[in-house]
Amino acid sequence: MDFEDTPEEAAFRAEARAWLDANAKLRNPDEPPMGMLEEEGGGGVKRAQQWQAKKADAGWACITWPKEYGGRAASSIQSVIWNQEEGRYRTPPSIFGIGQGMLGPTIMTHGTQEQKDRYIQPMLRGEEIWCQLFSEPAAGSDLAGLRTTAVKDGDDWVVNGQKIWTTGAQFCKWGMIVTRTDPHAVKHAGITYFIVDMESPGVEIRPIKQIAGASGFNEVFFTDCRIPDKNRVGAVNDGWRGAITTLMNERSSIGAGGGGAGVKDLLRLAKQCKRNGRPAIEDSSVRQQIADFYIRTKGLSYTGSRTLTAISKGTTPGPESSIGKLVGAPLRQQMAAFAMDLQGAAGSLVNQDAAEEGIWQLAWLGAPGMRLAGGTDEILRNIVSERVLGLPSEMRADKGVAFSDIPTGS
Amino acid sequence: MNFDFSEEQKLLQKTARDFLADQAPLSLARAVMESDNKYSEELWKETAEMGWLGATIPEEYGGAGFGYLELALLAQEVGRSLAPIPFSSSVYLASEAIIAFGSDDQKKKYLTRLAAGDAIGTVAIAEGPGELGLESVETRFEAGKLTGKKTPVPDGDIADLIVVLAKTAAGTALVIVDGDAGVDKKSLESIDPTRAMGQLTFDGAPAELLGADGEGAAQAEKILDRAAVLMAFEQIGTAERAFDITKEYTLGRYAFGRPIASFQAIKHRLADLYTSIVLATSNAYYGAWALENSSDELGTAACAARVNATEALELAGEEIIQMHGGVGFTWEYDCHMFYRRSKLTGLVLGSAAEWREKLIQRLEAAA
Ligand SMILES: Cc1cc2nc3c(=O)[nH]c(=O)nc-3n(C[C@H](O)[C@H](O)[C@H](O)COP(=O)(O)OP(=O)(O)OC[C@H]3O[C@@H](n4cnc5c(N)ncnc54)[C@H](O)[C@@H]3O)c2cc1C
Repeated sequence: MDFEDTPEEAAFRAEARAWLDANAKLRNPDEPPMGMLEEEGGGGVKRAQQWQAKKADAGWACITWPKEYGGRAASSIQSVIWNQEEGRYRTPPSIFGIGQGMLGPTIMTHGTQEQKDRYIQPMLRGEEIWCQLFSEPAAGSDLAGLRTTAVKDGDDWVVNGQKIWTTGAQFCKWGMIVTRTDPHAVKHAGITYFIVDMESPGVEIRPIKQIAGASGFNEVFFTDCRIPDKNRVGAVNDGWRGAITTLMNERSSIGAGGGGAGVKDLLRLAKQCKRNGRPAIEDSSVRQQIADFYIRTKGLSYTGSRTLTAISKGTTPGPESSIGKLVGAPLRQQMAAFAMDLQGAAGSLVNQDAAEEGIWQLAWLGAPGMRLAGGTDEILRNIVSERVLGLPSEMRADKGVAFSDIPTGS
Repeated sequence: MNFDFSEEQKLLQKTARDFLADQAPLSLARAVMESDNKYSEELWKETAEMGWLGATIPEEYGGAGFGYLELALLAQEVGRSLAPIPFSSSVYLASEAIIAFGSDDQKKKYLTRLAAGDAIGTVAIAEGPGELGLESVETRFEAGKLTGKKTPVPDGDIADLIVVLAKTAAGTALVIVDGDAGVDKKSLESIDPTRAMGQLTFDGAPAELLGADGEGAAQAEKILDRAAVLMAFEQIGTAERAFDITKEYTLGRYAFGRPIASFQAIKHRLADLYTSIVLATSNAYYGAWALENSSDELGTAACAARVNATEALELAGEEIIQMHGGVGFTWEYDCHMFYRRSKLTGLVLGSAAEWREKLIQRLEAAA
């Protein structure tokens, strides 16, 4: 049992570090990572694209992808090492994760040769940004309940309907969209998956203002939007298979995150803020609570180390790897709420008016989104109980029923 | 990164699990609970023969010379079987104290007996309700004699060899007392009758210094840290067993025409219990790593392991009864044995609240 790199891993780390040293500046460990896209405005996109192109030229983009696609066929552990190392530098936050992490691998698995030739390279270089058009107003957790239709017309498909919560759509050239092509089949069986040009006629993107004020996601309306049949991914009515590939990749990329203010920052804050006329850190309930946060944070991080160990040995991570977001997102929310409580009435302020420039308030406003995106807490508990623990699946009111006959709330 | 046990260590664990499945079914713990016996002498002898009682004791003193990673896995299996033996007191506490602070003579004299299972050891700190106040003990050691009362002492009533934290002219010290010489041993009624609790009264009992006079509290703290990690593995083993039994039951029990395991209120709580055990296991792994490598981080790692394992097992103890319904509340079903064990193991080394406090003190000291 140890935390050391193997000699091969150490060599890879040194190679990555050498390139990063030559091409980026180290980040002060106390300095937060560079801001997210919403805060950066348009300039953020340019900077992220420039950095991505630089990486691509040097062979450091999408390193796990096969060489034929421009990757270096790196192992999962090398990818982790690369991310750790890149995270130590002042680099723009990636805005390519949905494409490179989820949609690219889907095209590689289910796409035609022509699609691979056309889309993969510009995706890897960050020249074209991608979004995931899955959720709809009436289909989120129950994604297969989607209603957006696609109807064949000559060599095209004509798409009508609405997608929602589409992260980054306003910056994207391409999207991957799941549509209903047979409403009379049971719901998973009548779905077809396409690549859609976000600049084509009949696509209207409206940013949605989120609870913290920024617009990370959008609603996207499709009105007689034509998608050529050559943009279909997988067989007609077999789109669910591709969607599952995408979601599996989503699960492996989400939860990797972490970062942000932590227990150290809470301890500092508890020294600065008073309770009962004394520094709050002297209050036993404060101490007990911070201890609890520390223990959960560490438990999560060492669980990550166990997963990495499996990856490093080239074996499949055990079921413990599935709890990351389920533990991490509520933990983030509770820590932020606690920090605001420590600040008392002043905890009600945000941004520059708040203590520490409002990092806790920002985390608190962002946390509910983490608990929803990429599978809600409840859906994750379903997944853990059914796929990890083998408990029976939900009783379903829609089983074996044609999509058009399934009861709806609206 | 290699944050896992080795194949040999896992093999040892499997052997231990199979052995205990055979030799220590839950009916063995129940037999102890329902008799006047304080532990299973037969299982105790068998574990001695397997070399477990001297797991980390060097071979020159009759031990197996394993590392802490091996002992941690044995502890997990002992916990999984609810083994009714004074394993934690004798192995994680008494033996560890003597390994850490004993002179060569003391090691020769005591460790050989402990490794062979000829003596049951324990460590006596508490002096009544409240926290384990290491600096404020009243029991006195003077001129080779010990006077005072320790209560409760885990396995104190059956101990042959007792390491006592006492007050001395120099501050505090650990001393070793022979359980058969000048000690009045009384059995106390334990919340978990498969684990003995005793009260020890010393009236000028002959005792010898273990380690440095004046360093008792600091030494006791070190022993508690080490024991906390090992106990965490034991607790996790117990929690995993409770989880398995609970899951099995919910799959077989039907209500409203379906297995209760198909109700989301049950599924989600089982997912939460599973999650809690996973986190506790990860913290315990880190504790084991810190213990094996004598890391500076052992202090904080032990706190995290202790608190998290206690929380996971207490949750498991509550849920095993709740998810069994009425039968879970009967003496006849085994559920309450887990409920009882969860609280006993969560208290004997000091409550989770004490360890959370200790954690913050250590984080402050490190900052
Ligand atoms: C920040 C953010 C970014 C997002 N980005 C994208 C994106 O880029 N592309 C995209 O397609 N989507 C995206 N989403 C949408 C996200 O996938 C959905 O919000 C999510 O799947 C939940 O669906 P819903 O919003 O329709 O809520 P619902 O599914 O209606 O859920 C409402 C509540 O009911 C609960 N619930 C639902 N089903 C069950 C069940 N079976 N058992 C128990 N409880 C249940 C849910 O847990 C939730 O608490 C994003 C969402 C957020 C918040």
